[in-house]
Amino acid sequence: MNQPVIDLSPKVSDEVRKTTCYMCACRCGINVHMKDGPDGNRQVAYIEGNRDHPVNQGVLCAKGSAGIMQVNAPSRLRKPLKRVGERGSGEFEEIEWDEALQIAADWLEPVRRDNPEKLAFFTGRDQSQSFTSFWAQNFGTPNYAAHGGFCSVNMAAAGIYTMGGAFWEFGQPDWDHTKLFMLFGVAEDHDSNPIKMGIGKIKARGARVIGVNPIRTGYNAVADDWVGITPGTDGLFILSMIHCLMKAGKIDLHYLAQYTNAPVLVINNPGQADHGLLMRDENGKELVIDRATGELTPFDKPGVKPDLAATYEKDGQTHRPVFHQMAEMYLDDQYAPEAVADRCGIPAKRIRAIAAELARVAFEESFELDHAWTDFRGEKHNKMVGRPVSFHSMRGISAHANGFQTCRALHTLQILLGTVEVPGGFRFKPPYPKPATAHPKPHVGVTKGAPLNGPHLGFTHGPEDLALKDDGTAARIDKAFTWENPMSSHGLMHMVISNAYAGDPYKIDVLFMYMANMSWNSTMNTRGVIDMLTDKDENGEYVIPKIIYSDAYSSEMVAYSDLILPDTTYLERHDCISLLDRPICEADAAADAIRWPVIEPDRDVKGFQSMLCELGAKMNLPGFVNEDGSQKYADYGDYIVNHERRPGIGPLAGFRGENGDQAGRGSVNPKQLDQYIENGGFFVEHIPDGANYYKPWNMAYQDWAVQLGLYDAPTPYLFSLYVEPMRKFQLAAEGYGPIQPPDHLRDRIMDTLSPLPIWYSTEEDNHAADYPVTALTQRPMAMYHSWGSQNAWLRQLHGHNPLYVPTKLMRENGLQDGDWAKVTSPHGEITVPVLEMAALNENTIWTWNAIGKRKGAWALEEDAPEATRGFLLNHLIHELLPPKGDGLRWANSDPITGQAAWFDLKVRIEKAAAHAESQPGFAPIKSPVGTGPKDLTWKVSK
Amino acid sequence: MTTLPAKTEKKLGLVIDLDTCVGCHACVISCKGWNTENYGAPLSDQNAYGADNSGTFLNRVHSYEVQPAGDAAAQLIHFPKSCLHCEDAPCVTVCPTGASYKRVEDGIVLVNESNCIGCGLCAWACPYGARELDQAEGVMKKCTLCVDRIYNENLPEEDRQPACVRTCPAGARHFGDLGDETSDVSKLVAERGGMDLMPEQGTKPVNKYLPPRPKDEMPEFDVLAPFLEPVAEEPKGFLGWLDKTLEKL
Repeated sequence: MNQPVIDLSPKVSDEVRKTTCYMCACRCGINVHMKDGPDGNRQVAYIEGNRDHPVNQGVLCAKGSAGIMQVNAPSRLRKPLKRVGERGSGEFEEIEWDEALQIAADWLEPVRRDNPEKLAFFTGRDQSQSFTSFWAQNFGTPNYAAHGGFCSVNMAAAGIYTMGGAFWEFGQPDWDHTKLFMLFGVAEDHDSNPIKMGIGKIKARGARVIGVNPIRTGYNAVADDWVGITPGTDGLFILSMIHCLMKAGKIDLHYLAQYTNAPVLVINNPGQADHGLLMRDENGKELVIDRATGELTPFDKPGVKPDLAATYEKDGQTHRPVFHQMAEMYLDDQYAPEAVADRCGIPAKRIRAIAAELARVAFEESFELDHAWTDFRGEKHNKMVGRPVSFHSMRGISAHANGFQTCRALHTLQILLGTVEVPGGFRFKPPYPKPATAHPKPHVGVTKGAPLNGPHLGFTHGPEDLALKDDGTAARIDKAFTWENPMSSHGLMHMVISNAYAGDPYKIDVLFMYMANMSWNSTMNTRGVIDMLTDKDENGEYVIPKIIYSDAYSSEMVAYSDLILPDTTYLERHDCISLLDRPICEADAAADAIRWPVIEPDRDVKGFQSMLCELGAKMNLPGFVNEDGSQKYADYGDYIVNHERRPGIGPLAGFRGENGDQAGRGSVNPKQLDQYIENGGFFVEHIPDGANYYKPWNMAYQDWAVQLGLYDAPTPYLFSLYVEPMRKFQLAAEGYGPIQPPDHLRDRIMDTLSPLPIWYSTEEDNHAADYPVTALTQRPMAMYHSWGSQNAWLRQLHGHNPLYVPTKLMRENGLQDGDWAKVTSPHGEITVPVLEMAALNENTIWTWNAIGKRKGAWALEEDAPEATRGFLLNHLIHELLPPKGDGLRWANSDPITGQAAWFDLKVRIEKAAAHAESQPGFAPIKSPVGTGPKDLTWKVSK
Repeated sequence: MTTLPAKTEKKLGLVIDLDTCVGCHACVISCKGWNTENYGAPLSDQNAYGADNSGTFLNRVHSYEVQPAGDAAAQLIHFPKSCLHCEDAPCVTVCPTGASYKRVEDGIVLVNESNCIGCGLCAWACPYGARELDQAEGVMKKCTLCVDRIYNENLPEEDRQPACVRTCPAGARHFGDLGDETSDVSKLVAERGGMDLMPEQGTKPVNKYLPPRPKDEMPEFDVLAPFLEPVAEEPKGFLGWLDKTLEKL
């Protein structure tokens, strides 16, 4: 044979720079291979996963691997822009940074001086919220949040209120021990790679995966069992399984008695202001009956055996433990599988089979780990009991108006099985567990020319924590923490523009946004928001007077802004993935990470956070200037190293102290970033064996967490099956207490803020009788929000988005693949191409999210399929419910948290004539960056 | 006409687990990235930001819906596909210039780009559609099994595997010598009933696919019923049971 000789060991790169991915919220470690190009410049040649990194352990998804096309995307903004045409025209003039920052300061300084609340500062897909909130707090506006209210606050808040931690990046299944994994709803980007790795791991050992999702794609496609549930009924399905498990006594009584508020007594005092609150002693400690003594005892007294069954008689009243109420509620036949089967679209026998399988695995396949540990009551345990059933879920169940209670129901199911923070179950990642009471409360104390009186966001524990002005109106522009949504821990970004436009609760002067594509896919109703952004008042001024926007790319929102402050790409910037923020920890370790400029920008752009350091100093914001008035932090990298939140606690936990050898607590280390870079861009501190399960009650963990600076004192707590703050809001609605809700909300508060999980239908509010089909979106694993379409490689995977229609609806409407259909909701209509899908709930249609693009955006050519055939479901959604005829604006949000309920969308579908383009069409906007090159032959070393 | 070696020393190839592949396309893009920068001409893209965009990929994932017999729920199978490095590779024997060849030492099917005239015969001959003619360079591109990674002494030993295998988040891709019965990949194939793709074509593919495990086969409730035997029908009875049970704890 005459084989050619080939080089089997070519040089891979000239240098590897290790940083953190930013192609989604997963935040994997990446190796950026750099090569010297023909011009001698060191360039990005190849990106792969970092094997040493705790999140991804070497693997990397399509988005991460396509990072090179993101960094070189033609849609990158190049220079600050000042709007010169009408809003929406895309007419801009390039300006220098000095002028741009001067304009921003000239707009913002009078606001701060006269009325700080007239700045609304919302930061979209921000990964630096502990920094941006610090900036906003020092500015003094109460109007700050990121995009959580739009995304998945129900999941986060339900988890934290119930058990001091949630799914998404707050915890993970115990992949090494779990034998049954049950996944609810879409979850393909939280956590993206760790979930894939986990599913691969457990399937390799033959563990069972059950997927509950109307759509069988992605993880549900590989699930052993698929439950194609009716959207919005997950809570009912879960409560039915709880019914079955309680009825069969297949619950972990020891766990419930020791670690939850199931044995805590509930005050029975009908007609009084404390009826339904938890019984407490003079120190505020919840009281239980000790099974050993029969006496009323604080829950945490050493040696106490809390009794789940015993009641307490006093003054002729019988006070019963939480668990009694649960038995009464969930044993009721309204939750019997036969009663819920039709509504959920799951046969009763199947509900029973799944509940039985949960019981079998939790209790028959229980096992023990040989780790001795001591609980917070001082009791020593020789072993750790494992219950190998785990769950995960994300916004599939949370983006509904019943989502908070549904998430609560799922946590209640986990807790009844005794499978949270035990081997084989669901485990928290530091800084969680952390009970709601250990988080801040919301702050809205505004002083002209001075900082806000505390952090903006937090957890309310009763009416006294609401963000209300003296006259009872909302203190925040998004009406977070009001009677409309009293537990809205992440704010309501989706209401900001709508409320500011309506002047309800008040008008604003400057809207300042970061990475939030509000005039397109990151909003509820696209057309409506465009109209609000462009509408003028009787004086010919825009109703929302000034809009500042920062983005790295030419997104649809750029055209609707007055001043553009261009951001860098993710490889050109400093960032910290901080324990003070949404961290990247593992169940066995605390971890944080950095991004650093592995390349320098070739454009006149500034990292958003560095720009804020400069703008903050220019406006003399406390925290951003030195005593002599000079700029305190040269840039974000300087802030990351030198800022201290509390003495010894900074944005990064690793390499602290003078010598860089302290973890968690320690003085500022000027070489900290260098040490992170040497260490691969991240820092990991492992939890010792014996401290890594039962964390909320395990003193070894509590002490470790204090040492690391996660808490200042041990904070053991009980899981809240019964969420007392919800009862406090109900009591107010019943008329008790000095802070009272408006009358029109009383019934809704009483009905929905049940302190034990309930389920209610949202169909009537969405006119399901006339619109019987649910319409959903989900994100492809290879794309993130709107970013993917500017990526030459990724857009070849998902260049347009058909409407997937189940076989039954295809037949009923005489549709065939490639036909067009008109989809109508109470708010609007779209006409789009359809494709049949059999592995789909028979009354559900869906499409990929954020593939559709506006002509002229993202440096795409105007005939790109994203702009011709691609479409958004947002034209059918609205931030308000259809009018009820009472003259009020009812938000399309969860009544507890304000979570945007975009998965409650009800529609009808009918065949339509073929169109040249998806409808509604929008006029092109002028691109500030032109369009990309025609062909690519990308290679650094020719 | 180009001849195939009578025998290769190894049969390097991939084992792809269709039970675990979630269809995330990580392998597709990681392959694109490595092979754009490395062996041969870059994998080009046409109309990269416009209509009718297309590009050269050595590995693609297709998804197929499967409707089992009876009233079982439909399933979705994600199916990654790249060159299978066949023992009887028709793409090699059809090559008029000798550019396509199968390596004696490991069985990898490669294209020597300097001899490739871009005639496209090999792509016609391949029954799997696993070759793509690069529109910019005019040469045939195909999976190299990352021949410039798997022996590369500039890479740490653990990284000497194809880019697609290294990156796969679900661990659905495996690489090794399928000619060695004792290799991990051969054992995996034996254990899981690994299959040839379209064996009737007579190409003897080296790559194997592990079939999806049976789905939606949770035991009927009748079998599981003992695990849900009620302790009581009413809340009152339940509380009685509770008291008795707590007594035993």
